[in-house]
Formats: sequence, structure tokens, C-alpha cells
Amino acid sequence: MNDYVVEAKSVEKTLGRGAGEVQALRGVDLALRRGELTLLMGPSGSGKTTLLLVLGCMLTPSSGSVTVCGTPTAGADKEALARIRREHVGFVFQSYHLFPTLTAAQNVQLALDIRGEHGRRAAEKSREALAMVGLEPKANSLPGGLSGGEQQRVAIARALVANPSVVLADEPTGALDGKNGQTIMRILADTAHERERAVLVVTHDPRVVPYADRIVEIEDGLIVQERPGETDRPRMPKTVPFRM
Amino acid sequence: MSLVLTLASRNLFHDRLRFVATMVGIVFSVVLVMIQMGLFLGFGRMVTTMIDHASADFWILPKGAKCFEDPSLLDVKLRDRVATMEGVSWAVPLVIGFSDWRLESGEVTPVFIVSADLRDGSLQPFNVVDGNVQALTQGANVAVDRSYFDRLGVSSVGSTAEIRGRKVRVVAITDGIRSFATTPYVFVDLKNARNYTGTPRDRASSVLVRLKDDADREKVLSAIRAEAGDAEVLTSDDFRSRSRSFWLFGTGAGAALFAGALLGVIVGTVIVAQTLYSSTKDHLSEFATLRAMGSSNAYIYGVIIYQALINAVVGFAIAAGIGFIVVQMTAKSALPIVITPWLMAALFALTVVMCVASGIGAIIRVVRIDPATVFMR
Repeated sequence: MNDYVVEAKSVEKTLGRGAGEVQALRGVDLALRRGELTLLMGPSGSGKTTLLLVLGCMLTPSSGSVTVCGTPTAGADKEALARIRREHVGFVFQSYHLFPTLTAAQNVQLALDIRGEHGRRAAEKSREALAMVGLEPKANSLPGGLSGGEQQRVAIARALVANPSVVLADEPTGALDGKNGQTIMRILADTAHERERAVLVVTHDPRVVPYADRIVEIEDGLIVQERPGETDRPRMPKTVPFRM
Repeated sequence: MSLVLTLASRNLFHDRLRFVATMVGIVFSVVLVMIQMGLFLGFGRMVTTMIDHASADFWILPKGAKCFEDPSLLDVKLRDRVATMEGVSWAVPLVIGFSDWRLESGEVTPVFIVSADLRDGSLQPFNVVDGNVQALTQGANVAVDRSYFDRLGVSSVGSTAEIRGRKVRVVAITDGIRSFATTPYVFVDLKNARNYTGTPRDRASSVLVRLKDDADREKVLSAIRAEAGDAEVLTSDDFRSRSRSFWLFGTGAGAALFAGALLGVIVGTVIVAQTLYSSTKDHLSEFATLRAMGSSNAYIYGVIIYQALINAVVGFAIAAGIGFIVVQMTAKSALPIVITPWLMAALFALTVVMCVASGIGAIIRVVRIDPATVFMR
């Protein structure tokens, strides 16, 4: 058994039909391993998001294979893919996608709720996850009362609360200023290193490079370069202690 | 507790204007159905009031008589033959019919004469609130209901009027004996009933039969039927059912009430479906996020179903309150709206079914959500 949480082999993905058909991925091989933060970088239209969707079981490959925690996604229907996501994957979106009518704590708890975890223990876990990202005091705030950086931290707490094996983040700093962006990247890096999660960050923001253990560059649906990140970098100071 | 209910309620209450619109639709629909069905029940009860209050086991009726008010007549000699049959306690002729009531002011109004039987008690005024019913056997005395005081120009016991040119005196007042046809019932003794309705001495509208306590019901019924010839012999339940069926369905009144109720259901379903669909559409990105997070379809359906159930419960509670007020307001009217516990239970079930069925459109929309859309925004 290897350390790979997600493995993509020879993945091809065609989007659209007829004249609108686009070969978004052209034989991608990529593996994400525990304890590692991987940056996926590339220009617009290079296939970054499509690869993220395939690795995150939102899409199935047209050919090739994807395995998440040993479970192949080939042939899985929508419900089966949802189950894989529910059991193994945490997502962080560029636009946060918090529920505006739920408090920060409830937004986090929702990730447990869909997994069938309810009640006091779920509420406690949600508070702990918020504490982990330094937002316990804002547990009862609605997203509208939080800054962009705080909303993204709530989204990260939501992604982490159910202890997924892999966290997939799509442009997590895209809507944030430099300071908030750094805070978010510190949390994601700590998630990879201290909680032994596989973290993939899709980005075109060069400011996040110092947090990467590995950098993968994609162009025209092909991985054109894979290089180590600044593995000898000093660990970034943590914003809050991890307790989970 | 799961957050499904929280999410559903927040989705609903977040847009208060839409929630109010939904409530208006549901309340309108449920109240409409409630009133139509309440009228149906009230009408059904009212058309059998006299049958309900007669102490007869069997009714001997002219062949084809459709209801208590049917003007057909039968040969009264049949009564004598039946009265002496084994197992029969008494058999009493009943005479009913329309007549004219002249007020002291000279104004004339139609009334419906009912012969009262005070000796055996087959049918006599009930809910008496003033006067003496026994006095009906003396002279030209009548009993009327106080709800018709204005119509009959009567103010109390002792008031006088004329029926077919004969002077009558009110000796008893009842409460709540109302006619669905709005023609006041006037109780008189049998002899006067013949005079006021022009019924010959050898004829009667029906014969009411009471059995002895130890009588074999089926055996006596067969015996009377054999003796009745062309006349029909019905149990009280059968006669009640026939009357109700005639007035409610033979006249089209019931169909009209049901059509109104159906309209209410359709209007309610359309309004709730429309608002639920638009609410779901407004929250599509949230449902897509749930789906992206790995939520099962069942979880998302749960949110929509809970939204529908909250609509149903709140809407029904408001409608039930309005229904209660309507019942109170119509209790003394010509056609009271009757709402029984069973009707309430059925209406609640109907409201739930209506609201949940309305969620189908929203569910179909949600099923088509592509979770990948959350990465496009």
C-alpha cells in the first residue's frame, strides 16, 4: 500500500459535444499523497479546474482511471461519486459558498450533518473546527457579518471538520487580499503537514508558491512540469493551535 | 437534531414576502376546501334533520319518494295493517307539505307543514325553548322556530297568524330547526296538517314505524315489505342516505360543492408548487454546494420536503383558525358550516399531500443540478 490518497492515471476528459467538443485533459498522471500540499498551476483554460473536478469525483474521466482512497471512480453513478466525496474529500471554493442563512457554526456542522452526524457531538466538533481556524468567537455570526478572509476560514473549517483524507481547494486566495491569502495558505499548509492530509490547491497566484511541497504545472490539458516546492522553507507560524 | 429542518425553515423565512405569498395561497386553498366540505357536511346534516329526530325504525314511503319533503302520498290504510303486525310497537302516519302563512301585517310567506305526533312521539318538535308542545293537540296551535320570527311575524308564544285562511296561535318555540330550503318548518297536529296542506283523510306522506324492543328487525321488515305493496319500506339509515344522495347529488348541489373544493386544491397546489419551485431555484447554488460536499440526493430532497411540510403546518394552522371563526359565525345561519374532527384530519392530510406534491417540481429541478457549477462561480 502506498501513501497516495488520490491517484490519476492517463486521465483524459472530453467536454462538450460536436463542434463544441473540447479535450480538456489529455492523459494526465497525478498522485496526491498524505502530508503534502500540492499546487496545481497553469493559465486559464489549461485544464486546472477540470482536473480538480475529476480528482474530486465531480466528473468521471473519459478514459484513464482515478482512485480515491483505494476506491476507483470508473463506472460510479452520481450517488456513488457523492458518497466518495462525502467520505474522503473536503472542498474549499474560491467564492466560499457558505449558506447565508446559517451561522458559521451551522455552516461547518452541515458537513457533518450530510454524513449523518447530528446532535451535541457534531456541534462540538464544529466549534473545534472553527477554533482551529481562529474563528470560535464568530461561531454564531452569519456569513454576511464576516469578512472575506473569515468566510474562507469558515469554509476551510467546513472542509476539514469531517476529517477528509484529501482537501481540494480551488483558488482559495483568489478573492482575498495578501494578508488574508497568507492566513488561508498557512492553514492549508498546516492541514497537510500537521494533520497528514493530502492538499491540492488550484491557483494562479504566485504568492502561494512558498507554501507548496510540490508544484504541478498544467497546460492544454497536459502536465508540463512537476517540481518540488520550497520544502526547506521554515514552517510558517501557525495562527492558532490545532486541536483536532 | 439534523440541520435539514433548520436549513428548510431558513430557506423559507429568509424571503418573507414569498413566504407570506405562499401562506396566502395555502390558507386560501385550505379555507376554500374547508368551507366547501363544511357546507357539504352541513347540507348533508340539514337535509336529514327530520329523519334524524324521528324515533322511527322504518319509514313506509310512496314508491320512489326521494326525500322527507317529497310531496307524493300513499294510502293511509296501510298504517292500520302494519300497526297490528307482530313486532310493531306503533305505526303513525305523517303528513307534510307546503302551505301559506299570512302574517298579521297581511304579508304571505310559504311554510312547510309537519304533522307532529305527540301520542307516540314518532316526530315532534325538538329543541323546545319556550311554550308547551302538548298544546299542539288543542285547536289550531303551531310550533315554530325562533330563527324564523322575522319571516313569520312572530315574536313569542301567543303570537297569531293565518294558515290557509285559518287563524293559528304559536304555543311552542324551538331553536335550531332550520330548513335548508329556507322555508320555515311549522309543526301542527295531524288533523290540522291535513287541512293546511290539503291532504285527503285517506292519504299520508309516509308512515313511521317503531318496533318493539324484542322484535326481530329483519323479519318484521320483510313482513312489512310484503304487506306494503307499491309502497317502499326503508330503514331510517336507508332513508337518510337516500335523502342525502338526492339533495347532494340529484340536484347537483353536492357536485358544485365538490367542484369548489377541487378548485381550492388545484389553486393551492399551483401556488405552493410555484413558490417552492422559485424558492428552490433561488437556492440552487446552495443545493449544488451541498451536492459538491457529497450530500446524498435524499438529504436535499429532505430539505425541500421539510420546506413543504413547514408550509403545510403553518398554512393549515392559520386556515384552521379561520375555519373555527367561520364555523362560529355560521352556527346559527340557514346553512351552518360543519367541521368535524375527521374533516379536520382529512384536510390536514390533504394539505400535507398538496404541499409535498407541490415540491415535486422543485425536486426534479434539484436532481438536474451539476455540483461542478460551484466551481464556476
